[in-house]
Amino acid sequence: MPLVPEIDYGTPASRSEKMVTLTIDGNEITVPEGTSIMRASMEAGIQVPKLCATDMVDAFGSCRLCLVEIEGRNGTPASCTTPVAPGLVVHTQTGRLKDIRKGVMELYISDHPLDCLTCAANGDCELQDMAGAVGLRDVRYGYEGDNHVKARNNGEANARWMPKDESNPYFTYDPSKCIVCSRCVRACEEVQGTFALTIEGRGFDSRVSPGMHEHFLESECVSCGACVQACPTATLTEKSVIEIGQPEHSVVTTCAYCGVGCSFKAEMRGEELVRMVPWKDGQANRGHSCVKGRFAYGYSSHRERILNPMIREKISDPWREVTWEEAYAHVASEFRRIQYQYGRDSIGGITSSRCTNEETYLIQKLIRAGFGNNNVDTCARVCHSPTGYGLGQAFGTSAGTQNFDSVEHTDVVIVIGANPTDAHPVFGSRLKKRLRKGAKLIVIDPRRTELVSSPHIKASYHLPLKPGTNVAVVTALAHVIVTEGLCDEAFIRERCDWSEFEDWASFVAEPRHSPEETEAFTGVPAEALRGAARLFATGGNGSIYYGLGVTEHSQGSTTVMAIANLAMATGNIGRPGVGVNPLRGQNNVQGSCDMGSFPHELPGYRHISDDATRDIFEKLWGVKLNNEPGLRIPNMLDAAVEGTFKGIYIQGEDILQSDPDTKHVSAGLAAMECVVVQDLFLNETANYAHVFLPGSTFLEKDGTFTNAERRINRVRRVMTPKNGYADWEVTQNLAKAMGLDWTYTHPSEIMDEIAATTPSFALVSYDYLDKVGSVQWPCNEKNPFGSPIMHTNGFVRGKGKFIRTEYVATDEKTGPRFPLLLTTGRILSQYNVGAQTRRTDNVIWHEEDRLEIHPHDAENRGIREGDWVRLSSRAGDTTLRALITDRVAPGVVYTTFHHPTTQANVITTDFSDWATNCPEYKVTAVQISPSNGPSDWQVEYDELARRSRRIKGKLEAAE
Amino acid sequence: MNVHVLGSDVETRTLAIVGDLKGLEGPLLPILHEIQAEFGYVPQESLPVIARELNLSRAEVHGVVTFYHDYRDHPTGRHVLKLCRAEACQSMGGDALAERVKALLGIDFHQTTLDGAVTLEPVYCLGLCSCAPAAMLDGEVHGRVDAELARELVAEARR
Repeated sequence: MPLVPEIDYGTPASRSEKMVTLTIDGNEITVPEGTSIMRASMEAGIQVPKLCATDMVDAFGSCRLCLVEIEGRNGTPASCTTPVAPGLVVHTQTGRLKDIRKGVMELYISDHPLDCLTCAANGDCELQDMAGAVGLRDVRYGYEGDNHVKARNNGEANARWMPKDESNPYFTYDPSKCIVCSRCVRACEEVQGTFALTIEGRGFDSRVSPGMHEHFLESECVSCGACVQACPTATLTEKSVIEIGQPEHSVVTTCAYCGVGCSFKAEMRGEELVRMVPWKDGQANRGHSCVKGRFAYGYSSHRERILNPMIREKISDPWREVTWEEAYAHVASEFRRIQYQYGRDSIGGITSSRCTNEETYLIQKLIRAGFGNNNVDTCARVCHSPTGYGLGQAFGTSAGTQNFDSVEHTDVVIVIGANPTDAHPVFGSRLKKRLRKGAKLIVIDPRRTELVSSPHIKASYHLPLKPGTNVAVVTALAHVIVTEGLCDEAFIRERCDWSEFEDWASFVAEPRHSPEETEAFTGVPAEALRGAARLFATGGNGSIYYGLGVTEHSQGSTTVMAIANLAMATGNIGRPGVGVNPLRGQNNVQGSCDMGSFPHELPGYRHISDDATRDIFEKLWGVKLNNEPGLRIPNMLDAAVEGTFKGIYIQGEDILQSDPDTKHVSAGLAAMECVVVQDLFLNETANYAHVFLPGSTFLEKDGTFTNAERRINRVRRVMTPKNGYADWEVTQNLAKAMGLDWTYTHPSEIMDEIAATTPSFALVSYDYLDKVGSVQWPCNEKNPFGSPIMHTNGFVRGKGKFIRTEYVATDEKTGPRFPLLLTTGRILSQYNVGAQTRRTDNVIWHEEDRLEIHPHDAENRGIREGDWVRLSSRAGDTTLRALITDRVAPGVVYTTFHHPTTQANVITTDFSDWATNCPEYKVTAVQISPSNGPSDWQVEYDELARRSRRIKGKLEAAE
Repeated sequence: MNVHVLGSDVETRTLAIVGDLKGLEGPLLPILHEIQAEFGYVPQESLPVIARELNLSRAEVHGVVTFYHDYRDHPTGRHVLKLCRAEACQSMGGDALAERVKALLGIDFHQTTLDGAVTLEPVYCLGLCSCAPAAMLDGEVHGRVDAELARELVAEARR
């Protein structure tokens, strides 16, 4: 198996539809207008030597290696910066060009170390390749002169030499190997959009400088890896490559972090992962990555990973390692015993949004067909269930309407309750790229996020609303659009139900929804809100991107509907550049919803009460399915506390840390008799587990993930599971132990079953995915190539539905005891509850959760930067350190929830979305006071966790 | 003017300058000139402030400042004497002139006399090639600098 071939065309593709024909080295070639001669040559298979050009960034024209001769033109223009023109006759190799190129290379090499054999880039160095390509045989200038290469010249310290910067945990910067091609600087600017790098000085003094001549770690660098990927030499090199060496084969797979679903090449040496490199043909990420997907995979071989199944009688006992057979038999007999004793509905399970579609499908199948009930739920319950409900109501499908490429065509963007530069970094970079090219931005967020103001990015409007008032703000936007006559009437008449629109319009037009009225409780200045509404309605293609700041509220579903209303009223649905785009949290949260993880829905969002749908599965599975929806996660926990729910199978989700009101979750888990946790690590939930089944990583199994744009991407196994089995095999073996007759030999067979039973997946198969790379559902007879943009010719449900969105303030109110509002979020370097990223070097950027508090609120309470503070709500209290910043408004505090010791969810309450029970994570009334140590809960929990993780009775071998 | 100023003071004065000039098209260079006029050099602490106010990164501002030799990262003496070192002046005895001035001041290029009176700097072309060799004292240009004029310039700067 070789490396996946990738061609570097040198300059980006042209979007022009006008074609131009020219002749290069005697070959006639036709390319779009605006294409560079370099790219046109490469498309004809002719490689022009180059160093400073790469197709991820615009042409720069600095290396003077790609010169060509054009008949009838003077001189030797650079092929990267010269566009094609009709009828040009270009020569890429002439005697004159060869001499110039050799001369240029001599100059480069005269100031470059000659340590090729021991260099980390050996075998992957473009400088080396070019030296070969131009036939460099000697360097007339010698190596003795002024240089950046040697630490000492003739015994004296060389002031031009700079030591290696090894501050970043994942890559090194060795200035002595730098040829100052600026590729890293341009990648940081154009691809990532951080502008952390520059060329300092001029002439021979020119050097790449992170920040203001800082170390990479202290600079503005976000460690996305774009510069490392762009570097043609060993100047910027992954530490893993330095340690291991060059990969010999690579496999395209999909990142297992966020819902962007970036495609990566896993570059391997045998079964050893050398590095993850973003794949340029990946249609979600287009060759870009973030620090998590690119570098933070070390958790897969972390020493805390559990590789053998374990059992214990009581959660106070230490763990005992057992064989897989014993574990399966134990779970099967326990579940059967519980069902015999407490009834069929006394057990259930939770599917994982971290696992593959196939694995999720199997879990819900096990529960519906094996347990004989519908007690299955998934973590989408606590994140995007309102999206599924709200968009389902308005449009008829429970998913985003666009692909990520759509952002390249947008003119006005509303980002509401989302922080893409931290939580969906690759999409964040693509959005920033479009913003730098002129699109306008409206940010609706209690915090001043990076998108509000950062290098080359400035939001036209930032509406800093009070947490919990989303519905009022979005409805007020609609009020302005309706009352000022900015609706797209033609669109509405054609696509939507006109009478429903009229009803809705009269509702939002009521004076009580005007920004002047709502300002009093939303905190958003009326004038800014009016400006934002006018901009969105009149600024061209308008798109809305939203995240958990919309859904995780008591009115989450209402806000989603309000967003859908806004998009329909302005005619922003059904073409590129517009749409309603939920930014989904987990890599496969879309997929886990698609696969029937909800208690009321079979795969493909078909209600369990629908006889025809049930019939399909009953025939195939040979069982009778229960037609009543089962329990949701919060209901399971309630039932457990009440004593009617006794056993649960949790795959790849840490509900104790991630679900709200930790004390309630732990009480529920503690009341069960058989808690089975399948995970990579002894997570927090496992503290309450009786059986632990080791999980496998995305590198160790085949499958598919479905990202936020409904894109079904292949996950490919690159190494043997360290625990012995992929997760789907474990579920299958468990099902067999429970008497089910399952005989899948490969996940592709599970996908075939999904396709056979689920209309929106009808044409999906592994063969098809291998052929086309990836596909966006629905993919069926009607849409054989998938559906990048949905609702292009009318809504899936028929007519778009306008729904009244009455603002109801949450019951979680501030008062004298709890005067501040806490809202929660994420940070770039950490992922969700941190089970993975905390076990990588990413902790260097975020080693603890901090409480962001406005200077005014801090001063009132005598709190200084870095002080320990007690954070209490009516649900509980915890302690963490303060970070004083005006990014949050007075009256609002903010924290992340990546670390189990912080236990931010001890604070959050049990309020939830009225329609879907999605918890209200984003609003909790709290009080802050100075503190000098951990809370009682933290001390007790620490002790419990420590005791609970004891393992006695090790097995000798894994099998 | 030549003493290092406190960090918070740099921020306030930088903010005032940026506030005045922010509206210009391409405001970075005028702002840096004004900062140098204000402080006598471009304090490192002012760069993040400029970056934040102009929606630039620290790296970008650093790149611009270091590109131009005219922006200094430390204070100068009370007077700055610049000698042209470009081709035309060199051909008209610029090297000898430079050696002479260095000897008179007892310092090399980029240095300041111990009493803090004069900083000597090279400059690459003052646009006075027809009157080479040329020099500039505190912004005022002088052509056909011979031994006598050099002594006068040094004496004036020393005062």
